[in-house]
Amino acid sequence: MAGIGGAETTGKKVGWGVLNAVVVIYALFPVLWIVSLSFKSSATLADGNFIPREWSLENYQNIFSTSEFTRALINSIGIALIATAIAVVFGTMAAYAIARLDFPGKSLLVGVSLLIAMFPQVSLVSPLFEIERSLGLFDTWPGLILPYITFALPLAIYTLSAFFREIPWELEKAAKMDGATPGQAFRRVIAPLAAPGVFTTAILVFIFCWNDFLFAISLTSTEQSRTVPVALSFFTGSSQFEDPAGSIAAAAVVITIPIILFVLFFQRRIVAGLTSGAVKG
Amino acid sequence: MSQTTTEDTATGTGASPAPVAARKKVALSEGKKAERRLGWLLCAPAALTMIAVTGWPILYSLLLSMQRFDLKFPDRTEWIWFDNYVTVLSSPYWWNAVWVTVVLTVVTVAIELVLGMSLALIMHRALVGRGIVRTTTLIPYGIVTVVAAFSWRFAWTPGTGYLAEALGGDPVLTEKVPALIVVSIAEIWKTTPFMALLLMAGLALVPDDLLKAAAMDGASGWQRFIKITVPIMKPAILVALLFRTLDAFRIFDNLFVLTAGSQGTSSVSMLTYNNLIKGLNLGIGSTMSVLIFIMVAIIAFVFIKLFGTAAPGSDDGGKR
Repeated sequence: MAGIGGAETTGKKVGWGVLNAVVVIYALFPVLWIVSLSFKSSATLADGNFIPREWSLENYQNIFSTSEFTRALINSIGIALIATAIAVVFGTMAAYAIARLDFPGKSLLVGVSLLIAMFPQVSLVSPLFEIERSLGLFDTWPGLILPYITFALPLAIYTLSAFFREIPWELEKAAKMDGATPGQAFRRVIAPLAAPGVFTTAILVFIFCWNDFLFAISLTSTEQSRTVPVALSFFTGSSQFEDPAGSIAAAAVVITIPIILFVLFFQRRIVAGLTSGAVKG
Repeated sequence: MSQTTTEDTATGTGASPAPVAARKKVALSEGKKAERRLGWLLCAPAALTMIAVTGWPILYSLLLSMQRFDLKFPDRTEWIWFDNYVTVLSSPYWWNAVWVTVVLTVVTVAIELVLGMSLALIMHRALVGRGIVRTTTLIPYGIVTVVAAFSWRFAWTPGTGYLAEALGGDPVLTEKVPALIVVSIAEIWKTTPFMALLLMAGLALVPDDLLKAAAMDGASGWQRFIKITVPIMKPAILVALLFRTLDAFRIFDNLFVLTAGSQGTSSVSMLTYNNLIKGLNLGIGSTMSVLIFIMVAIIAFVFIKLFGTAAPGSDDGGKR
């Protein structure tokens, strides 16, 4: 950690190599363990070995043979995609207004979204449970999509307005000089420039929706709208005597793959998005 | 609650000076008006959704918290004012949950700050393999919390898990203190990368020249860190702490999977969930919701007013 501006000696490189290795092991250990567990056969599942003694795909075949998991996967993907799409559209509109336009009530909107970002979500669970029951939204897709949009919006607004401030102002002015209305300037000039920021925001919002457990377990009760994290916690073995650990591990790996792919491909953007939204504001 | 009321008053006060301003700048008024209208129009969907999904439910939970409202006995619903608050605040389970939550929050956030800072320094200064480190540290951030929690649970399950085997096969998750330690480890593992990323953004603000000059003057690495780096990144540190503290205070997923709140390991969120969904007691559940909301508000207030944490976005509001 020390060594500011020193020469890049071999000793230092080795030191960094060791530090890097520690970090990588730290980050990957629990992930590798659940992957290993998912490939163990039922006979060797409980042997406590870090690396499977017998590799098998049995657990994956099990989870895809029941509707319990496949249905939850469809719910998770559908709910997260719809919530992400709506939150990003609303967030883009609001962030554009915040970054570019002058209107009364702007700082209030920023304040409200900050409040919601800090909000204890469990405080909403009790009233939403009752409200959604009386509106017939309980245990439906919209019943989950609504709170997801709400809690994703502050994230989307902060990240996007930070991105939007980086966009060159002059281009919009030039468009207006050429006779474009503010609306046209938004659609034709700024939107294409903002696309990378919007995309980054979409990834962050998707990860948030994909991750949620509290709303999903409180506002659903059947397979109809249960998402994967919740379905996981309800997994039982195919018989009372079978350990569901193998199925849980396999399902866990399946829902982790998309996230790891996102992270690997869009590492730079995710880092930029997370830090711009929270620090520069 | 506070959102809706402040919204009303603010638009009320915001509307009155508007015509005055418009009259002053007659030439600009058309464009200004259009800009203002567009601003409101663009913000409306986001603002309305956020207020509809949080404003009314918060008011409603205040109403529910003053009623005896048990879905198992719907006939006995009645208005009982603050009796639920008396019940909750005199319950040892509630205070135990508050303690568990506070201890978990303080311990995990403190360790995360130290680990996160080290990680941030590694990511910021690494001579080799910076990309690999940055990418892999994002994996704990991205992974579904429930998945990570299951990984830890199986690791500590006697028979199945490598960690349990390594430590002699004791069922650690069935005792209060060891279980809470495991929960803390799971929580720290998952959230340190986020902390590190926020801190890394702060590190980028520290000018290299200043550090080099201090090094020339003979300041040791530790002195440079304490006297230069930390003061400059103080705002970033405070924001990271605020975010993580509020987030840690609502701990739920890890606890649900690892202990389900047994052996007195419930956090306040866990206890609320159990009263509401398992116990179907809307009155008590809502009372706890309101109390948690108040506690979180106090934490945020302390950070922002006492420590002077700059709330993100509050400083400029996008003016350029």
